[in-house]
Amino acid sequence: MQAKATNLRGRRGDSVVFSAVGFTLQSGRALVVTGPNGAGKSTLLRVLAGLLGADEGSFRLTDAAGIDLPVAREAHYLGHANAMKRELTVTENLSFWRNFLAADQPSGLSVDAAIDAVGLSGVGHLPFGYLSAGQKRRIALARLLVARRPLWLLDEPTAALDAKADSMFAGLVTAHLERGGMAIAATHQPLGLESVETLRLDGVHHAVDSEHGTWDDRSEVRA
Amino acid sequence: MMALFRRDLAIATRSGGAAMLAVLFFLAVVAVAPFGIGPDLNLLARIGPAFLWIGALLASLLGLDRLFQADREDGSLDLILMQETPDLILTVFVKSFAHWVASGLPLVLVSPLLGLLMNMGLESTGAVMLTLLAGTPAIAFIGATGAAVAVALPRGGLLVSILILPLAIPVLIFGVSASYAAVTDPDPFWPPFMILSAITLFFAALGPVAAAVALKAAAD
Repeated sequence: MQAKATNLRGRRGDSVVFSAVGFTLQSGRALVVTGPNGAGKSTLLRVLAGLLGADEGSFRLTDAAGIDLPVAREAHYLGHANAMKRELTVTENLSFWRNFLAADQPSGLSVDAAIDAVGLSGVGHLPFGYLSAGQKRRIALARLLVARRPLWLLDEPTAALDAKADSMFAGLVTAHLERGGMAIAATHQPLGLESVETLRLDGVHHAVDSEHGTWDDRSEVRA
Repeated sequence: MMALFRRDLAIATRSGGAAMLAVLFFLAVVAVAPFGIGPDLNLLARIGPAFLWIGALLASLLGLDRLFQADREDGSLDLILMQETPDLILTVFVKSFAHWVASGLPLVLVSPLLGLLMNMGLESTGAVMLTLLAGTPAIAFIGATGAAVAVALPRGGLLVSILILPLAIPVLIFGVSASYAAVTDPDPFWPPFMILSAITLFFAALGPVAAAVALKAAAD
């Protein structure tokens, strides 16, 4: 499986936040997107997830035979918000997403196993709203485990996590990559991952009506 | 999709859910009517069906703005929008239907009690219940469109009501006229009731499509 972005340009309102972004990611690899606040990391992830239209360029996910796969169905998106309901218990939240995200048959870990995997055994019966910020983030990570999807799009995944949870997270991503998955994470902090590629957005904004095609290649992929 | 239906129902019926709010508002509006209008029993019986319908319409508008906004605030809407459009339309349909079961169906169930307050006869109360059952789902499906259009607005509540009220007027007209036709002799009951049902079916098909398109367009 391969994820390939070509010449992506994204904008917020009238200002172009990144342009000419391209990368190729193979199965079992991770890409870390870095850059200062406002550099367009979140925008890039939302474009990749298909939640925002790209101004220009394309992002394609292809299987081994080169056939296009629908990104929305093959990708997990973890945004700033945890996508969990405060009123429902942790177990109810996770089993909902387990059913909802796996349209045909549930494919990932069971809900209890996922809660164990993020190190929170025993909180399943609590309403999600009772958890601390770090615990909420961990349960949001558990969502990635209850339905198996090859591409993980993670926006600041380790926000609010303590050091121990950071290494737990690195372990989860490493295990995901070893199974042939891919991960694209936007972050400020080092994620403790080995052998990742880095994409740096420099955060220089341009007005939309600038002349096209005169910008330098402002992003580069370093292995 | 059953999972989504159960989740939305569970949220609506737990503490702070929208389900009780609509019923309480309905009770409050209709319960004060006899005090305002006075003890003229014949007059109350005559305006009863219309009053119940107006109360139910306004109560159905309450809480509609939260239909997608709550999901948007906690990030669930992003995951819901990461679906192909046909699936998204079905999702919107299920969400609207769950909203109706949680907040519209209770209105139908309490309407006989309020009919008593308005001195309505058995037949008249039954007719109102039946027309509410057939008509209030339409308001939920129209409301889904309004809620989707206003999903990004922080204070969208009143705007949603104003947006969908014109579309809900035919529901009110045919609901009330069918209710009256059931107790007034020469008027036929079935034609207005059939049109009411047709309106509900029409919006059940069209509302989720419009809402899905609006949600896709509002993504940011």
